[in-house]
Amino acid sequence: MIYGNRTSALLYLSPYLIGLAVFTLFPFVASLLLSFSDYRLQDSLNAAQLVGFENYAAIIHDRTFGKSLAVTLIYVFVTVPLKLAFALFIAFVLNFRLRGINAFRTAYYLPSILGGSVAIAVVWRYVFAGDGLINQALDLLGAGPVNWLGEPAYAMVSIVLLRLWQFGSAMVIFLAGLQGIPADLYEAARLDGASHWQVFRRITVPLLTPVIFFNFIMQVIQAFQEFNGPYVITGGGPLKSTYLLPLMIYEEAFKYFEVGYASALSWVLFVLVAVFTALAFRSSQHWVFYAQERGEPNK
Amino acid sequence: MARSSVQLAGVAKQFGSTIVIRDVTLDIAPGEFVVFVGPSGCGKSTLLRLVAGLEQPSAGTIHISGRDVTDVHPSKRGVAMVFQSYALYPHMSVAENMAFGLRMLGTSRAQVETRVRAAAETLQLDSLLDRKPRALSGGQRQRVAIGRAIVREPDVFLFDEPLSNLDAALRAQVRVEIARLHARLGATMIYVTHDQVDAMTLASRIVVLNGGRVEQIGAPMDLYRRPANRFVAGFLGSPRMNFLPARVASAGDQSLEVEVAGERVRVERQLAARAGDVVTLGVRPEDLSLAQPDDSAVPNGVLRGEVSLLERLGGEAIVHVALRGTQNETLVAKLPGDVSLSPRQPVGLRLNGSACHLFDQAGQAIA
Repeated sequence: MIYGNRTSALLYLSPYLIGLAVFTLFPFVASLLLSFSDYRLQDSLNAAQLVGFENYAAIIHDRTFGKSLAVTLIYVFVTVPLKLAFALFIAFVLNFRLRGINAFRTAYYLPSILGGSVAIAVVWRYVFAGDGLINQALDLLGAGPVNWLGEPAYAMVSIVLLRLWQFGSAMVIFLAGLQGIPADLYEAARLDGASHWQVFRRITVPLLTPVIFFNFIMQVIQAFQEFNGPYVITGGGPLKSTYLLPLMIYEEAFKYFEVGYASALSWVLFVLVAVFTALAFRSSQHWVFYAQERGEPNK
Repeated sequence: MARSSVQLAGVAKQFGSTIVIRDVTLDIAPGEFVVFVGPSGCGKSTLLRLVAGLEQPSAGTIHISGRDVTDVHPSKRGVAMVFQSYALYPHMSVAENMAFGLRMLGTSRAQVETRVRAAAETLQLDSLLDRKPRALSGGQRQRVAIGRAIVREPDVFLFDEPLSNLDAALRAQVRVEIARLHARLGATMIYVTHDQVDAMTLASRIVVLNGGRVEQIGAPMDLYRRPANRFVAGFLGSPRMNFLPARVASAGDQSLEVEVAGERVRVERQLAARAGDVVTLGVRPEDLSLAQPDDSAVPNGVLRGEVSLLERLGGEAIVHVALRGTQNETLVAKLPGDVSLSPRQPVGLRLNGSACHLFDQAGQAIA
C-alpha cells in the first residue's frame, strides 16, 4: 500500500522531475564538466579532451571578457538601483486610493509581460533607430537626431531604458509591500507631525526593507542574465559597448562553437551572481528590518 | 500639563452616502475624563478621529482650548492619541518610538532625552527603552503607546479602545493605571470603548452614542440610575436591564401600578404616566430578589415563573426565569451566590418598586 502510494506520488511529480533533470540538472552538470574540456560544437563528444583549468586561465587573459565584464557590471549597477527606485516610485503613486487605480496598475504592469520578449526588443530597435520614434520626437522639439544604436554610450542607454521599462514585476511586489504597512502607523506619524517626506523616509522605507531586499536580489540576478535586449537591439555593439556576459557566452558557444570556453564563462557568471547575492545577504543584517521574528506568525 | 477644553458644535461626518456622525454637540471641560461608548458602528471612533484631525468633519466645528481647530493639521492640535493597535513603529526602539514626535517637532536632543526618561519612569518602562516593540508583551506595548502620548505633553489625550487587545486581568490593571494617570496629570482625556465597565469606572462623564447620535451625556451613575431611553438603559449594566411589556393600571401621586405578566406591580416613583398607557417596564437584575412563589404576604410586585438557567459566578448567581403567563418572556436576576435554586424550580421574583423604569412606546424614559 505504502509502495503504491509512493509510485503514484512519483508519477504525479514526474513531469516536474523530468523537466528538472533534463533542463536544469543535466545542463548544470554537463556545463561544469564541459568547462574543463576543449569541446567544440561541431566535434563529437568523444573527441573532447579534458584540459583542466585551461579555459578558466584563458578567460583571465581574454580582453573581450574584460570588456564584457566591465560592461555587465555597469549595466547591473546602473539598471538595478534605477529600476528599483522607479518601480518603488510608481508603486507609491499607484498605492493611492483613486478612482480607476486598478486599470492603471494593470497598464503599468503590461510592459513586464511583454518586455522580456524578443518582439518588444525588436520594437525597441525601431524606436531607437536613426529615423525611429525617439529621434522623430527629438526632431519636433528641435533637437538633432541622436545615433542611439551607433554611439557606445547611447547604445548602453537604450538597453538600460528597455530594462527600466520592465519595472512591473518589481512594482507589483513593492505595491504589495506598501499595502502591508498598517495605516495606523501613518496616522500615528501624522499626529507626530512628520512631513510626507519624513513619513516616507522614516516609516515607509524602513518597513519596506524586506521587500526592497527581495526585489534587489531578484533584479541583480536577472540583470546579470540579460540577453534579449543587447542581442536584438545592438547585437552587443558598437565596439562591444553592450556586449553583456550572457551575449558573450552565447556567441562563444553558438557562433564560434567554443562550447568548453562558453561553459567556463557560464560558471564564471554563476559565481559572480552567487558572490553578489551572498554579499547582499551578508549586508542585509545591517539594513533589512523584519517586523516579526523568524517563524512568528503574522498578526 | 495643560488642561484644555474641547467643544464640538454641530459636528457631522459622512463617508460617501453613509452618515456616520449626525449633528453632535458636546462640551468637554478642562481636565475631564470623557468616555465615548456605544455598540460597534455607532460612530464613537470616528468622533474621536474627528477630534484628532485624522478625519475632516462634513459639517460643524471643533474647538480645543477655545481655538478653532476644525481645519488644523493633527499634529498642531495639541492632541496625542493612543491607538487600539498601539501603532508602535516596529523598527524603532521603545525610546525612539517615544521620541519620534518630539524629534519631528524639532525639540532639542537633551530635552527629548529628559522627557522620554521621565515618561519611562512614570510608566515603569526604564528597563525596556532599548527594546523593539516585538520584544514586548501586550501590556508593555500598551504602556509604550501611552508613553509616546505623554512625552508630547498634549492638551488632550485621545484613547481609541486602548484595552481591547489585552486579556481580562491585564485590562483591569491597565484600566487602573490610566485612571491614576488621569488623576496625576489632570489632563483632558477622551476615551473610546465599547466596554461599559471601562466607561463606568473611568469616566467623569459618559457620552452614549448610537447610530451616529448622542443618546445621552452624563455622569456614570446618573446614566445608570436615570437612563434617558431604552437604548441607554439596556446598554449600561451587566447583565442588561430586563424589559417587559406592561400597561399602566392606575396612576397615583407618588406611585403607580402596572400590569405585567398577569401580575400587578407597584412602581414607587413619581412618573408622568396615565392609566391605560402601554409601556415597557425596565428593571435591573440586581433590583430583583427572591420570593416564595406563594408569597402571599407581599401581593405587590412578585412575578412568578420557573428557573430556566442558572449561572453561578461565585459571589453572585445569575438566574434566568421563564415567566409564567407570558410568551417566552424571561427575567434575569442577580442573586446571592449561594442561593439554593435548581433548573425548572418554580420561583417568585420581587421587584424593587423604587428602582423600576418605564419607557413609552418610542423608547423614551417616562420621567
